[in-house]
Amino acid sequence: MTTTLDHSAELARAGANVSTRWQAIRFLARRYPLGAFGAFIILIFILTALLAHWISPYDPTLTNARASLAVPGAAHWLGADFMGRDILSRIIGGAQISLAVGIGATVLGLSVGIPIGLASGYFGGWLDLIIQRFIDIMQSLPLLVMALVMAASLGPSLRNTIIAIAIPLVPSIARIVRSNTLALKEMPFVEAARAIGIGETWIAARHVLPNTLAPLIVLATAQFGSAILVEASLSFLGLGVPEPYPSWGRMLSESAAEYMRTAPWLVIFPGVAISLVVFGANLLGDALRDLLDPRLRT
Amino acid sequence: MAEAGQAAVRATRPPVLEIEGLKKHFPIKKGFLRRTHGHVLAVDGVSFTIGEGEALGLVGESGCGKSTVGRAILRLIEPTDGVIRIGGEDIRELSKRELKPFRRQMQIIFQDPYSSLNPRMSAGDIVGEPLSTHGIASGRKREEIVAKLFDRVGLSRAQMANFPHQFSGGQRQRIGIARALALNPKLIICDEPVSALDVSIQAQVINLLMDLQRDLGLSYLFISHNLSVVEHISQRIAVMYLGRIVEYADKTTIFTNPGHPYTEALLSAVPVPDPKIKRSKIVLQGDVPSPVKPPSGCHFHTRCPYAVDRCRSETPLLREIAPRQFVACHLR
Repeated sequence: MTTTLDHSAELARAGANVSTRWQAIRFLARRYPLGAFGAFIILIFILTALLAHWISPYDPTLTNARASLAVPGAAHWLGADFMGRDILSRIIGGAQISLAVGIGATVLGLSVGIPIGLASGYFGGWLDLIIQRFIDIMQSLPLLVMALVMAASLGPSLRNTIIAIAIPLVPSIARIVRSNTLALKEMPFVEAARAIGIGETWIAARHVLPNTLAPLIVLATAQFGSAILVEASLSFLGLGVPEPYPSWGRMLSESAAEYMRTAPWLVIFPGVAISLVVFGANLLGDALRDLLDPRLRT
Repeated sequence: MAEAGQAAVRATRPPVLEIEGLKKHFPIKKGFLRRTHGHVLAVDGVSFTIGEGEALGLVGESGCGKSTVGRAILRLIEPTDGVIRIGGEDIRELSKRELKPFRRQMQIIFQDPYSSLNPRMSAGDIVGEPLSTHGIASGRKREEIVAKLFDRVGLSRAQMANFPHQFSGGQRQRIGIARALALNPKLIICDEPVSALDVSIQAQVINLLMDLQRDLGLSYLFISHNLSVVEHISQRIAVMYLGRIVEYADKTTIFTNPGHPYTEALLSAVPVPDPKIKRSKIVLQGDVPSPVKPPSGCHFHTRCPYAVDRCRSETPLLREIAPRQFVACHLR
C-alpha cells in the first residue's frame, strides 16, 4: 500500500526547478501573468519607440492631400488625418515622445525627490518641518494644474515638458521615501550600523535607502504611466511638445472636436495607445513590487 | 596564591568597562511648542565594572532600564549624566569622530535576529561591513576574514552570499554575533540575545557565546530577564529595578543568598525542573510603578513585603553587606 506522491508539479509551482534565465522568466510569467502582460506591453512600446525609424510605414510628418481622412485600409492601416498623415506612423513616432517624457520625467523626479525625502525623514527636526510644509503646498495643487503652470511659464519644448511634469512628481516621491525612512531609521540594523561606527549619511544611503526600493519602484512605474498621461493632457491643451513632433495627446486634441463623428479612428487609435501604455505600466509596477521584495523571493 | 596574583594583575590594568552614576532621562514633550513636561527616569544612577574576560549579567523586569544601560554605554542613545570608561578612558563626552576608534572595542548583539540584519545585504556583506568601515580589510582579504568569522560562529562559508531571509532565527543570530566579532572587540553587550529564539536554539547560542568568551577573552554585559540564562553565562549579576541597581554580587551569592527582597522575588519565579520540589513563591503585588514618577525613597517599597516607614522616605544606597555583595536595602 505505498502511494508515490508526484512532487514535480508542486516543485514547479514553487519555482524549485529554475536554473536558467529563460526558465526563470517562464516561471515568473506563470506566477505573475498580469505583470508579464504589462511587461509585454511596455516592451512592445519601448521597442516601437526605439525602432520607430525602421518600422513606421510613412514619415509621420509627411502630408498627403489625397489621403486626407483616409479610412483604415491597406494603404493606411489605421487611417490618416485631415492632412493625410498616416496615423500608424504618427502613433509610432508619438511612442518616442511618450517614452522620452515618461522616462525623463520619472528619472528627474526620482533624482530630486529621493534625496529630499531621505534627508527629511532621516535627519528630521527643522529640516523635516520646512521640507514637509513646502511639500504640503505643492501637493495641494493637482498634478495637472502644477504641470500646466510649469509648462506655461517654461514655454513649449520637449525638455521643458519633461521638467514641467517632473516637478509635480517630486512631492509624492519625497513623501514615500520619507515615510519609509521614518520607520526604517528605528530598526535595530540601523543601530547596529551606528554601533559599528558608520557615518549617518552613509547609513541613510546604504542601509535605509535600499529598503525603500520596493515601494519606490511601484511608484516609479505608476508615475511613468501618469507622466505619459500628463504629457498627453498638456499636448491636448496645446502646452506640451510642439509641432512637428507627433504627440499622442495632440493627435487627440486636433481631432477630438471636429472628427469624432466623421472619422473616429483619429481619436480611437491614439487613445488606445495611451491607455495601453499606462495600463501596462501599472500592471508591471504591481508585479515588480512583489518580485523585488527579497522576503517574498524564493 | 595564584588567585591573589591574578587579582593583582587585574587591579593594575584598567577594567574593560567602568560606569559610574550613569543616567538617562528621556524628556516628555507635549503640546504645540514641544515643551518638556517631566522626564522618564529610565536609568537613574547606575554604576558597575566589568573586568577582562568577565561576564556581568544585568537582570530585571521589562521597562526597568536594562536595555537603555546597554545602549547608553555604546552611545547609541546619549546618556544624560555619568561616566563611561572604556579601558580607563571616559567616552561620554567624545564627539562622533573621536568615538570611532572606541567602536572597535565594544560591540552589541541584539535581541531580534530578524530586524537587526539589513534584509538587502548579503550575510557576507553584513559581517564584512565593519572591516571596511574601519579600514581594516577590503576585497579578497575581507572575504577571507569574513569566511573565518563564519567558521568561528558555526555558519557555512557557502552561505556568505545568501540574504538574511534565507537563514533561520538561530543562524541569523550567529550572523549578528559574527558582525559583532569582526572588529575584534574586548566587550560585547548582549541585549537579550537569546530571548527571541527557540529554547533548543537558545542553548546553542549561549554555548557559542561561552566558547567565544573562553577562546577570545571577551567580556560580556549580558542583559536578560531570564535568570536561568544569566546564571549559566555570567560570573557576576546586577539586578535592576526602575532604573537603579538594587543588588550587585557574585552569581553564587545571588542564587544562594539573595540580599534584596526584589532579588528574592525574582528567584522564586525561576522555574525548577522538578515537580516534587515545593517552594514558597513570593508573588509581588501590583505593577511596576511608572518611571515618570518613581516612588519616593526606595523605588521598591510599593511592592516590598517587608517595607517600613524609612523605605518610603529615604533612598537606600548600595552597601557591601557581605564580601563582594552590594545591596541597596535599609533592612540589611
